[in-house]
Formats: sequence, C-alpha cells, structure tokens
Amino acid sequence: MKWLKTIWDEFIGLFVDDVSFAGAIVVWLAAAHVLFHMDLVPGAWRGPLLFAGLAVIFVENTLRRARK
Amino acid sequence: MIGTWAHLLPTLLASFFASMVEFVEALTVILAVGAVRGWRAALSGAGAALAVLLVLVAVLGPALGEIPLGWVQLIVGALLLLFGMRWLRKASLRAAGIIPLHDEAAAFAKQTEALRGRGGVGAGFDQVGFAAAFQITMLEGIEVVFIVIAIGAGGVGLLAPACLGALAALAVVAALGVVVHRPLAQIPENTLKFLVGVLLSAFGAFWFGEGLGVAWPGGDWAIPALIAGFALVALITTRLGRLAPARASA
Repeated sequence: MKWLKTIWDEFIGLFVDDVSFAGAIVVWLAAAHVLFHMDLVPGAWRGPLLFAGLAVIFVENTLRRARK
Repeated sequence: MIGTWAHLLPTLLASFFASMVEFVEALTVILAVGAVRGWRAALSGAGAALAVLLVLVAVLGPALGEIPLGWVQLIVGALLLLFGMRWLRKASLRAAGIIPLHDEAAAFAKQTEALRGRGGVGAGFDQVGFAAAFQITMLEGIEVVFIVIAIGAGGVGLLAPACLGALAALAVVAALGVVVHRPLAQIPENTLKFLVGVLLSAFGAFWFGEGLGVAWPGGDWAIPALIAGFALVALITTRLGRLAPARASA
C-alpha cells in the first residue's frame, strides 16, 4: 500500500510544488471566474486579461524564488 | 481546417514532448533494474505497469466525454495551468542557474547503488526488480496519462492525436534505450520541459477561458498566440532570473 501513497503524493506533486505559486494561480482563476460572471470586464478584454494575470503571477513568483 | 490545425499540431507536440520527458526518466530506472537485477524483472515490471496505464486511458478518456464540455474545459484548463506553469517555472529557474539541472547519469548511478543494496538476485522471479520497474513506470506513466487525457479532453477529436503523441514518444524512447543501452543523458531535458510548460500553459489558459465563455480574439488562433505569449514571458523571466542573485547581493 505504501506504493499507492507514493503514487498519490506524486500525483498531487504534479500540480503543486510551491504552494504560494499554485495558490496564486487558483485565486486568479477564481477571481477571473467572478469578474467575467458579473460582467465586470468587456468581452474582448477577457482573454488578454486572463493571460496577463497568469503572466504576472509567473514573473513575480519565479523572480521571488530566484532572489531567495 | 485552420482552426483544426491550430488545435491538432500543438496537441500532438505537447503530448509527444511531455511524454518523452517522463519516459526518459522511467527508462533510467528500468535500465538500472535491468543492469542490476536482470532484464526479465525490468521488462515484466515495466510491461505490467504499461498495461495498467493503457486501461486507465481507455476507461478515463471516454468517461470524460459524458461530462459537459464546459465543465471539462474549466477543470482540465485549471489543472493544465497548474501543471504547465509549474514545469515552466522549474525549467526557467533551471535555465537561469537558480536550481540544478536534472542529471540522468547521476540518477542512474544512484538507482543502481540503491538496487545493489537490496540483496542478491535469487533463482526464482525477482520481486524487487519487478516492483522497482513497475513503480517507476506507474509513477512517470500516471503523469503521461494525465497529460494525454487533459489535453485530449479539451476539444472534440483531440484524444487520438494526444494518444498518438504519447505512443510515438514511448516508441522513440524505447528504441533509443535498446540502441544506446544507457541513460539518455544527452536529451535536452530542460529545454523539453520549457517547451512543454509553454504548450500546456497555453492550452490551459485557452480551455479555462473557453470554459468561462471567453470569446478569444482570433478564435482558435489564440492558441498559437498564447504559446508565443507564454514563451516570451518565460524567456524574459529566465533572463531576469540570471541577474537576480547579483541584484540581490548588490
């Protein structure tokens, strides 16, 4: 059964190895869901805004890790 | 047709390169098992795990078709973003010299030593060798299954090219393993991870957006644009990352 736990841990590890990074992505996706659902962002800007948020999270988190 | 190719080619490439990275890592351990414990245990362990993985794809792939596409795109898009951006971040940090590169030769040496410490091989079936080969093939294979199902589930008709990409990667790595007969340390693993991270992040963003009802500018052509966008952001971040320690210590 130990190997099953190893496989499960490995599966979770597919998505999360830095909790702050994964957490920021999830929070941004949830925020985008709310913003778009409430029609707070014009239709043409939704795709670019979704990408921009992800890009900011990537740059900030990667550079923060690089400076540690 | 244009839209179809904008989906098909990135799907095939993402599946092929991502699977190749995973199969190369599995091959290293299978070679170590074969060298230390014998090829019968190594190949039977890997083969048994591959059979289990094929059943998983056969069961899970079509089952996803029963769930409304919008939900699948939301969930799979979010998971692909978590997976792809994690790979991209790691590849970027490795390329910037912040964390060490993955070394297949060192992994092979470590695995060989560990297997030698598990006692000699008896006359009967070698359970230690079988278990080691089975476990690594399952571990790396589960990642391949996730990638194939995730990128195959985002749109109609994408599961076949995703499976094709993974099977092609398996064939290439297996053939190289038979020919070279040692760990594939020359494969530019980090470059592949970078590329796959870019592709999966782009797919993840596209499908999550589709799941939210986003009307992407250019329709399906937003996928190549997202690929270019993630690649550019990651390349710039890598460049900035190289300067980061100097800046921090200044």
